Amino acid sequence: MKRMQQGIGAEDMARLVEDWASAHGRTRDRLLPLLHWLQEEIGYVDDMAVPAIAAALNLSRADVHGVVTFYHDFRRAPAGRHVVKLCRAESCQARGGAAMEAAAADRLGVAMGETRRDGQVTLEPVYCLGLCAVGPNALVDGRPVARVDAAALDRIAREIAA
Amino acid sequence: MTRIYVSRDMASVALGADDVARAFEAAGCEVVRTGSRGLFSIEPLVEVEQDGTRIGYGPVGPGDVAAVLDGSHAARLGDVAALPFFAGQQRFTFARCGVIDPLDMADYAAHGGWRGLDAARAMAPQAVVDAVKASGLRGRGGAGFPTGIKWQTVLDAASDAKFIVCNADEGDSGTFADRMLMEGDPLCLIEGMAIAGHAVGAYHGYIYIRSEYPFAIATMQEAIELSALRIAPFTLEVRVGAGAYVCGEETALLDSIEGKRGQVRAKPPLPALAGLFGQPTVINNVLSLAAVPFILSEGAQAYAAVGFGRSRGTMPVQLAGNVKHGGLYEIGFGITLGELVNGIGGGTASGRPVRAVQVGGPLGAYFPPSMFDLPFDYEAFAQAGGLIGHAGITVFDDTVDMAHMARFAMEFCAVESCGKCTPCRIGSTRGVEVMDRIIAARNTTPPPADPPVGPFLKKALNSRSPSRINTGPEAQTALLRDLCDTMKYGSLCALGGFTPYPVLSALDHFPEDFGAPAPVKEAAE
Repeated sequence: MKRMQQGIGAEDMARLVEDWASAHGRTRDRLLPLLHWLQEEIGYVDDMAVPAIAAALNLSRADVHGVVTFYHDFRRAPAGRHVVKLCRAESCQARGGAAMEAAAADRLGVAMGETRRDGQVTLEPVYCLGLCAVGPNALVDGRPVARVDAAALDRIAREIAA
Repeated sequence: MTRIYVSRDMASVALGADDVARAFEAAGCEVVRTGSRGLFSIEPLVEVEQDGTRIGYGPVGPGDVAAVLDGSHAARLGDVAALPFFAGQQRFTFARCGVIDPLDMADYAAHGGWRGLDAARAMAPQAVVDAVKASGLRGRGGAGFPTGIKWQTVLDAASDAKFIVCNADEGDSGTFADRMLMEGDPLCLIEGMAIAGHAVGAYHGYIYIRSEYPFAIATMQEAIELSALRIAPFTLEVRVGAGAYVCGEETALLDSIEGKRGQVRAKPPLPALAGLFGQPTVINNVLSLAAVPFILSEGAQAYAAVGFGRSRGTMPVQLAGNVKHGGLYEIGFGITLGELVNGIGGGTASGRPVRAVQVGGPLGAYFPPSMFDLPFDYEAFAQAGGLIGHAGITVFDDTVDMAHMARFAMEFCAVESCGKCTPCRIGSTRGVEVMDRIIAARNTTPPPADPPVGPFLKKALNSRSPSRINTGPEAQTALLRDLCDTMKYGSLCALGGFTPYPVLSALDHFPEDFGAPAPVKEAAE
């Protein structure tokens, strides 16, 4: 899904952003689509990208920084190779979500909201995937998984280890 | 070749529908991927076409292909539409969802699609607005504002650029109707937006979809491409959110489309007069816009004939959480909460007694079963100290700790606050702290008595120094009520303003979870 471009330099970043802006427009409302694209492309929004985006869209760096940090989706550091998002909202809680949250942290060996030290997996909270009658729910590398239980966590853990 | 129908809805896929579809393809069947019918206890659902009728089987696994094809499978349901869960519904908005291939233009037209748009375009804009007014349609996002009046304001506004914005930032837990419609009948939403465009004189529309809905985003984008010629000169584009719950608030959503932090704007000016890019803007929920094609094709009276009091038409109710038969149930207003939870939902999935239901998402009130005779109606719920919101009902069994749920409501508000106004930004964090003290006091036996409060200590209640805080349960409960009052009346939008609903309803209806004696009234019943 993501093409990791490790070790990209400031110049390459500026060119990447500039190319996107000349193809897709420089109006302010392009900022979120640009950030989404950059994250898809590189895996996160590097702080180094902020001045490049500010220049390409004619915004201040503070303005761009403000937007990047406002939205939960934008990461400022690379995630693990696999990302597991577990729903914490009420409907999943009503179906035993809190216990699964603890079990997932335990089974995957990483605390909620963190990346495992070997970089293999990131466990993140999500507030509702809209699958509220079949929870607890998870999104494993973008794939929805319903009725998460101990057996499902085992499958997810095996997938991540592979 | 046998034709098979399998849902492509995200919930069905999460339950394994893709593997089932592949298994039937491998067996040489023609597989049509539809939206979901809306009953998740029978998903993955497979429907086999036989002599023009569909025979349903569910739940079905990938290993069940042979048994389904020879009709011997134990989970044979017969005609799915005749099941009690579906037979009792009044499907106006979701009539096609689960039936048609959502991205088949011919299928859409064959099932009554585009008739609303054609009817609207044969009418003057004012006549379309009048029809929506006459239908009694009210904003399905939760506020319940009359849709026709909103459209009238935009129609009357003088401007050469107007916009239609669809709020598909369905962040409330326990709701999934927007998602199901966008995945199961996206052309219906497109048709509704094109009608809105004709009615108010707008030529461009945005659909703002939350990033947690990848399937809906992909389906809507494809549907927009397919229908571009049919809705021209009206044009549409999808904008993707970035994980901010507050962007479901209409003015924060507009700021987000404009490329800013999703912060709430002070009103006035109303978005209808100065909305997106400062232009007159219709901003409606998915379900409001998707109800419009029916109103135009079948007539405003047909829609208004159903309902209760000032709540006209149907509501796609979503049964969620710990419920046996969870799913989407579209029905006219007026059905009681108890009929929905116990009658249709069949009680809890765990088999334990229902203790509480939360109606309207994270900002909705918790109700005990003693209030289950409440009719589903905007006014009745407001009077009972709650809201119907986006009509999601989350069911909890008797293992729920309501003090924990009240704490979660505050925690969620703290995580998602946009930070613009103080009652929400600071109040939610203080609320978590107060709840922690109440829970700690409850868990110590015997609970610490409130020390005698002198005038000095009363003042010091809000002090930051822990030694000066009266941590007794009564003082903390009083503080919680005071804080909720400030949040309710002082916040800029519904996030801070409605967070007190779950907190106070939990406190009022379930005081025993907060370390206070159980209410006498309930014991007498």
